[in-house]
Amino acid sequence: MWWNVFMLALRSIRRNVLRSFLTVLGIIIGVMAVITMVSLGQGATLQVTQQIASLGSNMLMIRSGQRGGPGQTAVAPPLTLAIAEAIGRDIPAIAAVAPSSSAAIKAVFANANWSTVVSGVDQRYFVVRNWPLSAGRVFNEGELRAGKAVCLIGNTLRDKLFGAQDPLGSKLRLKKLSCEVIGLLQAKGQTAFGSDQDDLVLMPLRTFQRRIAGNRDIGLIQVSVQDGVATDKVEQDIKRLLRERRHILPGEEDDFRVMDMKEITSMLTGTTQVLTGLLGAVAAVSLLVGGIGIMNIMLVSVTERTREIGIRLAIGAFERDVLMQFLVEAVVLSSLGGVLGIALALAASAGLASLLRVPFVFNIGIVILAFLFSAAVGVIFGYFPARKAARLDPIEALRHE
Amino acid sequence: MSGPSQTPVIELHAVTKVYGKGGAAMQALRGIDLRIESGEFVAVMGPSGSGKSTCLNILGCLDTPSSGTYRFQGVEVGALTSEQRARLRRYYLGFVFQGYNLLNRTSALENVELPLIYRGLSIAKRQALAQQALQAVGLKGWEQHTPGELSGGQQQRVAIARAIVSEPAVLFADEPTGNLDTSHSHEIMELISELNRTRGLTIVMVTHELEMAAYAHRVVNFLDGRVHTDQQNKVAV
Ligand SMILES: Nc1ncnc2c1ncn2[C@@H]1O[C@H](COP(=O)(O)OP(=O)(O)OP(=O)(O)O)[C@@H](O)[C@H]1O
Ligand SMILES: [Mg+2]
Repeated sequence: MWWNVFMLALRSIRRNVLRSFLTVLGIIIGVMAVITMVSLGQGATLQVTQQIASLGSNMLMIRSGQRGGPGQTAVAPPLTLAIAEAIGRDIPAIAAVAPSSSAAIKAVFANANWSTVVSGVDQRYFVVRNWPLSAGRVFNEGELRAGKAVCLIGNTLRDKLFGAQDPLGSKLRLKKLSCEVIGLLQAKGQTAFGSDQDDLVLMPLRTFQRRIAGNRDIGLIQVSVQDGVATDKVEQDIKRLLRERRHILPGEEDDFRVMDMKEITSMLTGTTQVLTGLLGAVAAVSLLVGGIGIMNIMLVSVTERTREIGIRLAIGAFERDVLMQFLVEAVVLSSLGGVLGIALALAASAGLASLLRVPFVFNIGIVILAFLFSAAVGVIFGYFPARKAARLDPIEALRHE
Repeated sequence: MSGPSQTPVIELHAVTKVYGKGGAAMQALRGIDLRIESGEFVAVMGPSGSGKSTCLNILGCLDTPSSGTYRFQGVEVGALTSEQRARLRRYYLGFVFQGYNLLNRTSALENVELPLIYRGLSIAKRQALAQQALQAVGLKGWEQHTPGELSGGQQQRVAIARAIVSEPAVLFADEPTGNLDTSHSHEIMELISELNRTRGLTIVMVTHELEMAAYAHRVVNFLDGRVHTDQQNKVAV
């Protein structure tokens, strides 16, 4: 019996090629639009989050001095290595602490020169910033302890000074210091705020302090918080520790700043979520249009189908035989459209993602949702008019106009 | 059940049919009494609008009467469920519509197979029987043609093949020659009376033409929703 019903439905699909094709097309368009749009939106969101993650999304930055403003007279004491070590030692839930110091500098190689920023760092910097190398190596213990004249350079600086040449092993001149390039940082591109992250030189902290700055100050302490821990809590702990160490009396203002990357993150992901929402809305409209298309085709063909149902009833079909046939037909068409739509959508979103340089995100939830919606439209508008017709006396169905 | 000679195949008693409601109501049948025995060949005649088609549809269990009783082989049809009536159509009744009512874009063979599908026959059996039926109506070689590729007379014959393929007890035909020229009409009538003669098929046929009614054994004349005259056909007997 089931086989019979299935064959009847297939015959009916074959007999009404155009109608079947249009129904399938409606479903394909709906499913494809939704999946593609949502995939792209989520890809864009992922890209922004990845960019922020490249900054270190759960990072806190500590600097000396208050946010500049009028009436700011007292000069705040600089940060020290001791404070950095104390933070790492005394505050729980911290993944890594990276003290560093920076200065603007002119870098010279052969007859090319470029104004850039040099930072003194130690190996913890690479952990906190989550920054791999594209060539060479990071500083080793000995170089860090002895303050050797070695450095790593960012990709922009390499372009400016070395062009296509291999910079590894070359000597870069910074002020009077000649330092050997031992590694190349992987390109990170622009920050979400538009500054070039790849325009820099890194050297061991001790080298920087002795040969560039001439003091032992720490300009910036970057702290990465363990995953899943609220940065607010850590921020409070750090503030308390710094106030204690720097002998700030209750009631006095902080003479340092702790900045939270999460604030910036949430602002930016907020924007892309709006974008995703917008794309989703466009997609929902496409789905609806596809649904209305299916609806139209089903309603237009209802007269012919009612007559067909009348004929079938007249020669002895049971109501349920007819209903089964139409249900199976609707399900077969919807599934066909759904599967084709999903396949095309995946191809389209993968293609567009690589075209727009956005990561390709596959969201099974939206695939299922789009499929179910289109299938529901196909089944509802294919099946319910048939059900209405199948309940008539055969002669009523035959007379339908 | 008693033998067919005692129980008529068809027995209508005071059957009426009203279309519409209230002021717009239209009384198509005003009390029909009719008995048809097994093996009879009855022609139903009468002016247009006298209720012939309405009555035939009720007999074919395609429509339900507004009042009165219809017994088929002694069974009260009005008391049956819609599924039981479908079963009656499936196993006992064949119907040839005035407008053929074939499935479009569907081959003659598939059209004729259709009643057998609902009887649950295997594909091979269905195709063999459908082919036989098409051969019986003189359409051998036309199996794969769709209604759109067939003439009116050929479509009419496909419709007849579809009605007889399931070997019903009664064949109802509503103006089976209505759209045909005289020579084709006679061909169809020869076919129908042969079915009556060789298979003992009971036939109720609506027609406008005396020439066609002459093939029947009995002519029932309708007038204004009632049976006006009902006489044996001397020519045929
Ligand atoms: N579905 C319907 N709704 C309303 N009135 C109907 C309907 N079908 C038939 N009638 C009316 O019932 C009456 C009988 O119609 P019926 O079709 O039985 O006539 P008929 O004898 O077959 O006529 P003809 O020879 O023209 O086919 C007619 O007056 C017709 O207008
Ligand atoms: Mg009529």
